[in-house]
Formats: sequence, structure tokens, C-alpha cells
Amino acid sequence: MCGIVGLLLKKPALYSQLGELMVPMLIGMTERGPDSAGMAVFGESLPEGQRKISLYSGLTEAGAAYDWVGLVDAMNAALKVKAQAVVKGNHAVVTFEGPAEPVKAFVNTIDPKLHILSTGRRIDLYKDIGLPADVANRYAFGSLTGSHLVGHTRMATESAVTPDRAHPFTAGEDFCLVHNGSLSNPNGVRRMLEPRGIKFETDNDTEAACRFLEWRLREGDDLPAALQKGFEALDGFFTFLMGTPTELALIRDPFACKPAVVAETDDYVAIASEFRSLAHLPDVKHAKVFEPAPEEMYVWKI
Amino acid sequence: MENLTFDLSHQPVRALNQHLHSAADVLAGQHIEVINPDGAHNIAVGINAPVTVTIKGHAGYYAAGMNKFADVTIEGSASTGVAENMMSGKVHVKGFASNGAGASAHGGLLIIDGDAGLRCGISLKGGDIVVGGSVGSFSGFMAQAGRMVICGNAGDALGDSLYEAVIYVRGDIKSLGADAQIEPLTETDTAALADLLSKAGLSHNPTEFKRVASARTLYHWNADADQDY
Repeated sequence: MCGIVGLLLKKPALYSQLGELMVPMLIGMTERGPDSAGMAVFGESLPEGQRKISLYSGLTEAGAAYDWVGLVDAMNAALKVKAQAVVKGNHAVVTFEGPAEPVKAFVNTIDPKLHILSTGRRIDLYKDIGLPADVANRYAFGSLTGSHLVGHTRMATESAVTPDRAHPFTAGEDFCLVHNGSLSNPNGVRRMLEPRGIKFETDNDTEAACRFLEWRLREGDDLPAALQKGFEALDGFFTFLMGTPTELALIRDPFACKPAVVAETDDYVAIASEFRSLAHLPDVKHAKVFEPAPEEMYVWKI
Repeated sequence: MENLTFDLSHQPVRALNQHLHSAADVLAGQHIEVINPDGAHNIAVGINAPVTVTIKGHAGYYAAGMNKFADVTIEGSASTGVAENMMSGKVHVKGFASNGAGASAHGGLLIIDGDAGLRCGISLKGGDIVVGGSVGSFSGFMAQAGRMVICGNAGDALGDSLYEAVIYVRGDIKSLGADAQIEPLTETDTAALADLLSKAGLSHNPTEFKRVASARTLYHWNADADQDY
């Protein structure tokens, strides 16, 4: 079991409330996923020449006392990228000039145990083990702002309970995916992708789905085309919720084995595994509430 | 009639259900209103007395499951397994219902005004189900007894491995399951349809429905068949 939440705000005036509206949604999915939680938030885009990466130091020896200032100083001395970090304990969002690859390679060289959670111009990502309420508190999810987000609460069924196996998973830039369910052919998907130079960081089945779909998008498919190939290539049970710079997208397997419900008003589109996570949203009593059909694609744009 | 309200925003589902499991003479004549259900699971399960319950909002998993004698109305939608294993009484969902609605119901009447998800009426054992909208795939799978009335369309594999339950469909059937076949409507069928539609407050013409029932070719093991079902 796992819990999925997603929220897309239709009015920029509401962007400052994104985190505040989301926290009860995430906590509402605690019974479905008490072991880990995570959140990917899409905010205002950085200029074309800049990138940001979300980093996790919980797997290093220093943990939450990680020397982020030292890392940024070393980065600037070596690469001259004008890097700056916004730190929340064992997470930091580092913004810098130029492309992401040299900075990510530098991070991997200087400390291979630092985990790169996400890369892009809009996405910030936080995930860790613990109860959803504790994870939300740890990283002040309530004060997050932005246009849309993808969140997850995990009850692990097929790989260990560790921060790097928590969801959301990311691949490429500004793309993330969360999963409720289990895939039966993740290793086949890995064996197909690895010879194409696509590297995996965990043994988790969701990572295979995330890297497959991002690979299709990078190969030029639009989102519906990539999702259609996902239906063909990915076998098993799934409700997937994905985030791109300007969209949320949802698909369910043909047997609809894993739940999903959507509430839509003039102000927002909210997605969750169960209605319990939507019940607190403003004016939800007048929202259009529906259950997404199996094997259909749902894409909502900001 | 005595009215009692349970507010699930500050009362636990257990308090509601424990009251609903009171002796029949305690519940006699009571009308229970459940406000702020907010998708909670197991609302009004296991009732064993003629009492009326109105759930004013969306219900979570297994709402009104195992119902016996009671009349339960859900004013919003119902999640997975509404009225599953119902024995008697009536459950009325005014919104849509998710997967497995009315699964293995032995008796009673389940009315869903909107659509029902996948596997509606799976393993039905004698209950009646009327769906105002459409049903998802694998509905009526292995249904043994009882009747399903689908006013909209049906998804894939309708009535797969049916026993003696009968399914009536007004709209399109995407595909029939193994051993399910469309049969001519008899007068008994139109009378049954008229009765069930009227109980559900629907005015469709019974003759617009198709009857789906078992071809009974799977009832006995045939060792000579090529086992290609």
C-alpha cells in the first residue's frame, strides 16, 4: 500500500498557499504509507542559464550537520558557478549558473554519499523516512509555495525502507513520478534502459517506471505518447502520478488495482489515493469529484 | 421517528458502528444521520436491524458492508467495496461507486445512481444491483445468483464465468466474458426489470435492455476440450 497526493493550483494568487493546502492531504495518507514520505514542488522557473539540484545528506556521516557552506564554497572555487544553497537540515537546494551535469559530477566526486534528489529549473524535492507528519514538519512543507506538487506516503512492499527508496523519484530535469502499486517487470525495463546509458540509483521498481517515461520524453515523445508506451512496456499494478514543469499527469493500470480520486474546482485540481485526503480542501463540497478510469491518461496543465 | 446525528469530524467511526450494532429494539424507529463522513472507512458496516442511516457526504471503503435489514443512503460517492456481502435491506449511493460494489451480496438491493467501477457485483450470491450509469470491466465475474441492472454501458469481460445470476444491460457491452451470452428477454425478465427500475426510481423502458446469462459450458469439466477458453 502507498498513498499518493497531488495538487495543482489554477490561480497564481493561490501559489503562496500550496504547502499549507497540501500538508493535511499528505497526513491524510498516513495509514496507507507510514514509513516514508516525500514531496516534489514545482515553483517559478529559474532563468534559462541556471539550474538547481536538491541534495540529501542523510546518508553521509555528518547527516543533518552536513557542511553545506563548505560544499558550495568548494563548488564555486572549482567550477565558478555562483552556487547558493538553501538548507533545511539534511536537505539543501543548490542553485547555480550553467548546466547541471558538471555540478552533479562534482558533487559525486567530492562526496559520493550525497544523494542528488532532483535537477531542473522548477523542481525542489524532499523525501525521508518517518511518519508523513514528521517528514512534513522536518522540512516545513506547510510553507512551500509554487504552482503544483506531487507527494507520496510509502508502505514499502518490494525494496527496503531507506530515504533514497522513498518517492518521488526523478529522472532528467523537472520530471518526477510517484507510484502506488508494484511492477512485475522492473528488471526487464532496467535491462532495456541500461545499455542506452541510463543509470539507476536503487533497486526500486518505481525508479524503472520513472526512468522509462523520462527516457521517452527525452526521445521526443510528448506526454500522452510517452504514457502510451508506458502502458505497453510496464507490467503490474500502478497508479502513477507525474509532475512536469507545467503539468500533473495520472494513469492507472487496466485493472484499476490501486485507487485514485480527483476533486476539481475553479481554484485547484487535487488528486489523492482516497477522498480522506481531499476532505479538508476549501469548497470541496462543491468540487467535481470523480474516479479516474483505468488505462486512461489524465493531464492537467497549470 | 427519533433522529440521532453522528459527526465523524470529532466522533470515531467505532462510536457510530457500536451504536448501529445495538439490539433491534433500541434501534427501532431511529434515523441515524452521519455528517462529515469525509471518506472514512467502514461506515455503517455490519448492521443487523431495520434502521435508516443517511451518510451526508463521501464514504470510504466498505461502507454499509454486510448490511442486514437496514436502509442506508450515501449522499455522496462510495469507495471500494460498498455494500459488499450485503444480506438484506437496501443501500443507495447517490454519487458514483468505486471498485467491487456489491461484491458477493447475498440479498438486499444496492442502487448506484452514478457509475460503478470495476468488478461491480463480483461473485454476487443473490442480491440485486441497479446501476444508473455504467460499470467497469469484469463486472458480474462468477456471479452465482441475483440480478444486475446496468442502465449505461458495461466494460470488458462482463459476466465472465457466470453461474445463475442474470445481468441486464441497456447500453453497449464492450466485451462479454467467457461463457456469458446475450439471450432474448422473456416476460419474466421485463417484469423483473420493471420492478427493479421502479424500486430505483428509474423510468427506462424494460424492453431496451439486453439479457446476459450463463451459457453453462463451464459447468462441467470437459477433458476432451482443448482448454482454450
